[in-house]
Amino acid sequence: MIEIKDLHKSYKMGSNSLHVLKGINFKAEAGELVAIMGSSGSGKSTLLNILGMLDEADSGEYTLDGVPIKNLNETKAAKYRNKFLGFIFQSFNLINYKSALENVALPLYYQRIPRKERLAKSMKYLEMVGLKEWSHHLPNELSGGQKQRVAIARAMVGEPKVLLADELTGALDSTTSYEVMDLIQKINDQGNTILVVTHENDIAHMCKRIIHLKDGVIEKDEKVKQVRASQYV
Amino acid sequence: MFSRDNWNEIFETIRKNKLRTFLSGFTVALGILIFVVLFGFGNGLINTFDEFFGDDATNVFYIFPGRTSMPYKGYKSNRQIEFDNEDLAEINKNFAPFLEYSTPRIFRNGLVKYKEESNNYTTRAVGPAYQFAEKTIMMKGRYLNQEDIKNKTKYAVIGRLVEQDLFGAHESIGEHIDIAGSAFKVIGVFQDDGGDNEERNIYIPYTTRQLIEKNTDKLDQIIVAFKPELGYAGAMAFEKSLNDFLREKKYISPKDQNGLFIRNVADQLKQNQQFARVLQLIVAFVAFGTIVAGIIGISNIMVFVVKERTKELGIRKALGATPKSVIGTILLESIFITTISGFVGMMIGIGILSSLGEKLKDFFITNPNINLGTAIFATVILIVFGGLAGYIPARRAARIKPIVALRDE
Repeated sequence: MIEIKDLHKSYKMGSNSLHVLKGINFKAEAGELVAIMGSSGSGKSTLLNILGMLDEADSGEYTLDGVPIKNLNETKAAKYRNKFLGFIFQSFNLINYKSALENVALPLYYQRIPRKERLAKSMKYLEMVGLKEWSHHLPNELSGGQKQRVAIARAMVGEPKVLLADELTGALDSTTSYEVMDLIQKINDQGNTILVVTHENDIAHMCKRIIHLKDGVIEKDEKVKQVRASQYV
Repeated sequence: MFSRDNWNEIFETIRKNKLRTFLSGFTVALGILIFVVLFGFGNGLINTFDEFFGDDATNVFYIFPGRTSMPYKGYKSNRQIEFDNEDLAEINKNFAPFLEYSTPRIFRNGLVKYKEESNNYTTRAVGPAYQFAEKTIMMKGRYLNQEDIKNKTKYAVIGRLVEQDLFGAHESIGEHIDIAGSAFKVIGVFQDDGGDNEERNIYIPYTTRQLIEKNTDKLDQIIVAFKPELGYAGAMAFEKSLNDFLREKKYISPKDQNGLFIRNVADQLKQNQQFARVLQLIVAFVAFGTIVAGIIGISNIMVFVVKERTKELGIRKALGATPKSVIGTILLESIFITTISGFVGMMIGIGILSSLGEKLKDFFITNPNINLGTAIFATVILIVFGGLAGYIPARRAARIKPIVALRDE
């Protein structure tokens, strides 16, 4: 599903250049639940941004579902993001003046799906994350866990190939974190490919595979025995 | 880009961001409102100005005889020049192609009596054409006519205030008044935009005046009106040849400053028009300044709006919004708001102007108004610049990488 070869990325900081990613290689098959771990500054967020086409690599190859991702202009990148990827952010990034339902429906708006169909489908996904009753509430009327579940519904609604989650439990307490991870595992059980960036060990161990990043290179890539989050809920 | 779905999205954004909508709408509405009101006031000033100076006909020469100050062709200096009926006839004959009309004028002050009421008024003995020179408006009855001149009738046309003073509520037409010892029948009452003093005059036929004064043929002044199609240059040339002709006829040296005077209203008119033009220029300048201030205001707000929305735009981009749709959303929203509020401001401004009417006459503003075309033009300018002001920051926002926008707190 995802294939990365010799990926490099550096940031210019004035006259200095900060080499963040120093040749990353990895493959992820469909249906995998991969955790990318590393301390801060290890390059994990940069890697995720490149995977998410939110940022561009300096060199290297990136293939997503057989499509080479390179030389994208903004318009094409926007279309690929919309079609291939679903994002879940640490700070939720919901639009604060739109209701939960409208937030979920936003990716479908950019797919030019008619309003009625859009809202019906969004409602289905809100139901899946257990927030049907909250569909008309604004984000600031929801708890952190609820917000993240709305964000997950939003990431799922466009039926992307890959879900990318950046520290999705970073702003949540542990009980809520486990609830959210339980939801992620259930989505993965249905065959969705998910990449989770985290620096928390227990969250990483709820995935099926952990990639350890350190100083811009992959230090360790291991399959782990998945810890089900449901047992903590 | 203009699908119903897009509009829904825009309306929703507008509805849910009331402060932002209000700020940009208010700026535009206020800008246009001030523009319309200022421009209208400027036009009101010009109206007042026209009223002050537009009272008399503008294609008229007033010819006054004087006293010579130098000897000429055997005549001594210090000789009083007098006009008579023959001079008027000669002017009419020699300058017929240039003339629209001509009339003599003889001023006399005298006590005027009706029953118990009496007062001093100026009596102007004139010809029928004098009505056009003064732009006299008849309220009732009629003005003097050629028959009155020929028959030397003892008819009088009195001003509105003369009627008010002497007759009070009584009907004046057909009544006889005593003007300095002679009985005149009132045949008409007039009003004049020139103000109260003009309405305290009495007009009688000049031939009647001459008859009363021992059948003289002398005239105080001669008033001639040239054909308006002569234009300014033609009028000046006509004035010169008229001047030469009269000096020749009356033996006045061409160099004598005092023998003859011609007051040329066309010349004054030109100065007045220049003054009015300067007024208009000042008004236009102030209005232009208002529009520029409005443009700066709306630009500021658009920059603020886009800045405030940076994160939202980043989220939208992460979810698949193309740069085009980001720019389109911001632009349509700003154009929609500026259009609606611009026209609201314009209508309020026009409403204020038309409700004022004559109320500000004490401040020299009469009937303030604005040409609808000018108002719409200014509104459209503001909308276009509002759009442009939105476009530049919107384009920049659309170019920022989503990851940068998402970090923006």
